[in-house]
Amino acid sequence: MSENATSDLITINIDGKDVEVPKGINVIEAVKMAGKGKEVPHYCYHPKLSIAGNCRMCLVEMGMPMRDRATGEAVLDENGSQKVGWMPKPTIGCATNAAPGMHIKTGSPMVKESRNGVTEFLLINHPLDCPICDQAGECRLQEFSAEHGRGYSRFIEEKNVKPKRTRLGPRVTLDDERCILCSRCVRFSKEVADDDVLGFVDRGTYSTLTCYPGKELENNYSLNTVDICPVGALTSTDFRFKMRVWFLKRTNSICTESSVGSNTEIWSREGKIYRVTPRRNDAVNDTWMTDSGRALYKEVESEDRLTHYTIGGVHKTADEVAAGAVELLQQGDVAIVGSAHSSVEEQFYYKSIADSSGAKVSLVSHYAEGDGLLQSEDRTPNLRGALMTGLIDQLPDADLGSLARDIDSGAIKTLLVVNEDVAALGIAPDLLAKIKVIYVGTQTNDTAKDADLVIPSLMVFEKDGSFINQSFRLQKFKSAVPGPAGIQPDVMVLEKIAASLSGEQPAAVNLDQLWQRIATKIDAVPEAQTWRGIPDEGLALEPGTLVDLSFVETKNLKYDPVAFKEAQAAPAGA
Amino acid sequence: MKHADEPGYTNDIDCYIKYGGYDELKKAVTMKPEDICAEVMESGVRGRGGAGFPAGMKWKFLDRKSGKPIYLVCNADESEPGTFKDRQIIHKDPHQLIEGMMISAFAIQAELAFIYIRGEFFQGYRILERAIEEAREKNLLGDNILGSGYSCDIIVHRGAGAYICGEETGLIESLEGNRANPRIKPPYFPAALGLYQCPTIVNNVETLCDVKHIIGMGGKEFAQIGTPGNTGTRTWCVSGHVMKPGYYEFACADITLGELIYDVCGGLRPGRKLKAVIPGGSSAKVLRGDERFTGKLKDGTEFDWGIEDIPMDFDSLMAAGSMSGSGGVIIMDDSTDIVEALANINYFYAHESCGQCTPCREGVPWMRKITQRMVDGEAREEDADLLNNIADQIAGRTICAFGEAASWPVQSFIAKFKDEFVEKAREQAARRKEGKAAAKETTLI
Repeated sequence: MSENATSDLITINIDGKDVEVPKGINVIEAVKMAGKGKEVPHYCYHPKLSIAGNCRMCLVEMGMPMRDRATGEAVLDENGSQKVGWMPKPTIGCATNAAPGMHIKTGSPMVKESRNGVTEFLLINHPLDCPICDQAGECRLQEFSAEHGRGYSRFIEEKNVKPKRTRLGPRVTLDDERCILCSRCVRFSKEVADDDVLGFVDRGTYSTLTCYPGKELENNYSLNTVDICPVGALTSTDFRFKMRVWFLKRTNSICTESSVGSNTEIWSREGKIYRVTPRRNDAVNDTWMTDSGRALYKEVESEDRLTHYTIGGVHKTADEVAAGAVELLQQGDVAIVGSAHSSVEEQFYYKSIADSSGAKVSLVSHYAEGDGLLQSEDRTPNLRGALMTGLIDQLPDADLGSLARDIDSGAIKTLLVVNEDVAALGIAPDLLAKIKVIYVGTQTNDTAKDADLVIPSLMVFEKDGSFINQSFRLQKFKSAVPGPAGIQPDVMVLEKIAASLSGEQPAAVNLDQLWQRIATKIDAVPEAQTWRGIPDEGLALEPGTLVDLSFVETKNLKYDPVAFKEAQAAPAGA
Repeated sequence: MKHADEPGYTNDIDCYIKYGGYDELKKAVTMKPEDICAEVMESGVRGRGGAGFPAGMKWKFLDRKSGKPIYLVCNADESEPGTFKDRQIIHKDPHQLIEGMMISAFAIQAELAFIYIRGEFFQGYRILERAIEEAREKNLLGDNILGSGYSCDIIVHRGAGAYICGEETGLIESLEGNRANPRIKPPYFPAALGLYQCPTIVNNVETLCDVKHIIGMGGKEFAQIGTPGNTGTRTWCVSGHVMKPGYYEFACADITLGELIYDVCGGLRPGRKLKAVIPGGSSAKVLRGDERFTGKLKDGTEFDWGIEDIPMDFDSLMAAGSMSGSGGVIIMDDSTDIVEALANINYFYAHESCGQCTPCREGVPWMRKITQRMVDGEAREEDADLLNNIADQIAGRTICAFGEAASWPVQSFIAKFKDEFVEKAREQAARRKEGKAAAKETTLI
């Protein structure tokens, strides 16, 4: 990999300094990579979309080493170095690919003048309603206007007037006056979401973004257009006018919608989540995520959250419930219904509990149709985690039929259920009534209502942890907001139970210490791995023999099961 | 247009053949395609659409190794204000165009040829359709042309009314059925990635007609017409304040601007003086009537011309600071309000900007708003400089040449007639001071 990268490097000259960049990347990326903090400002260019070249903000001066037309020999200046033939006009950085010997000026008078001109043009018809604009604070136009704007307006004519609130779809509202017609949203809909509903109508300065007649921007990726809109034109109907973005805290997280594990950012303030946006990870989700994944945070404040530790319906402390659980589990005849929604750390504890109580572990599958992009067939974030921690050793079934038979025969006396409504999965209420049920979960359901012990669990937004996604990539998430008052992180309660069961004193374990234990149990995890040490972009683990299981995921944006299997079979380093 | 206006000359195929038509095609299909290209190269013929790029060179850039089909497109979108030559050819001598196209198509070994005709030319469209049918019946196009084994058909495609469809990549987009948004170059040079991402040659109607004559007389002979670098004839479309406006064909450099105005077009209206000339369609830079043009030609000869002495060819008009463009010569006499004239031009370009890229989409309508305000009686003295600066911010920074087309009139009008812009502002200011409401002088919209 690294060898390939160096052999494909070429030398270009940015503002008088020779730098090495990969062959074929465009000037914007080259400057970003090698320009030492320099940036070529741009609006329409997006690394994951086709090149449009329409905003004209990324104009730079470009020159190539001169060669004599007739002889093909290098033309030298008086110092003996090759002369540079500068193009008379500025050229757009997004559509100019780095070529050996290319010279680029990113800050010459011509370049500055071009940018200032484009900035002035973009502002003349812009409503300048930044005080009430949702994009304010994260607006490219605002940023570049501060940097490249005049500071005053020479425009004394009347501004164009366009619609201020057009519904493009159920989740996206368009403010046409702010639109700079960069066409990112049009290209995204066509190229990534494969739902070519957006386009421009009318001409020139009256050009207007709109949906194809009779259609709406309603695909499950529509909110990505809001993310990539460089200005405040496309707004999230949900987030619109709710909060100034600069008040929001950003926390890295992972989408739990499916086994894709899109990287996300949680935007919160004072314990309340306002929005979820994708975080770029070229190995997982590029810069996209689903609309449905963004809505999951709403569950945090849902009415049916479990908010108290209870025994027999009576409020108890976490310690009391843990002790009660230990007592039940020690009596043997235990079964566990685990969850692929649990984090790796929690699954590690459940595995430990299963081992010391001799419990049989089942998992229930949550499969649905995939969309070929970022919503895979497996709608759980951490099935691979359950397999790697050894909690289960085969793919889960759709229901709990065999468990029901065991309960019926009296072989099971205590059932530990994690986040599943077993009552709806083949275990009838009369069966449940015959045994003791310990329920661990975030929301209430029929199982939780009748459970003898209830241990409320935190949602992914409220705790630290990690998941292993469809391509065996270990990814961590961090707590963005506190959970319901008095609820301890799952691992704290599980430590109490697991330690007591194996005759040890429960310790105050942080995730880094826990990972040192996990690393000794899972071969694929490096020995000194800590939780904190998991990179933000994740860590690809070796699946080992697990790769041979018949996982349900089909090809999606960044995962191809066939190619993945082949890559694992190939000798390392090839 | 040798015969077009002769009495009795009609636009049907029999008349065309009677006058020796299609002899050149018959000759061409016996030649090697590369030899035809060489003849065109030798003829030095330059594109008649506006840019004046050598057609032979354009053909040479064609990517022949891609393995993809090659297309020939005739640009008959003729939409530059002041230009009306292609329409004449299509109406009066359509077979000349078809013959020129088939020779060209054979030369570049095109799979299929298109005529992209301006939507407003519905009569021309009908004429072309009929002419193509006539030619097909005589096996002059279609399958196995004249038994040569080469097959090529022509499809006539009507535009839907936009200036930008005349820009070659905009035209290609439109031909593909999209909005005529010009493409970025690089990478989309038509010769490599044109129509349907295949190598494509786009030539003007007049250029393609010239190909017929190049084959007829040979490239060398053709190059004898005019002066070196300015070969062949050009059809000048004269409009404006002359007694006999119309289209007139002359060999390049055979005539001066003065001769064209006074001898050919019957001069100005009685009692008028020449104020300004736009020599190559409305996007060309304006020439002032009382200007002296001095400098050096490409070959080093010095010149010192009054406006009437400028030879009508590519290089001389360029040396005079303008261009021959599409051949649309717009004459303005001293009754012209120069600010209004510019307001008119700005209105056109603001209306026609495709809106794809920022400088043109925002800058050109801004210039229109300023000139409109100036004619509406609210001119300011600083407007001239502002206009000029806006134009500077557009030219050279856009996706296509529309940026220049819209900026050059402004830049040249201000450069040459700044006094009139300032004077207008002063006049209006004085009138306002007197308490008179600013009279709306004209309404362009």
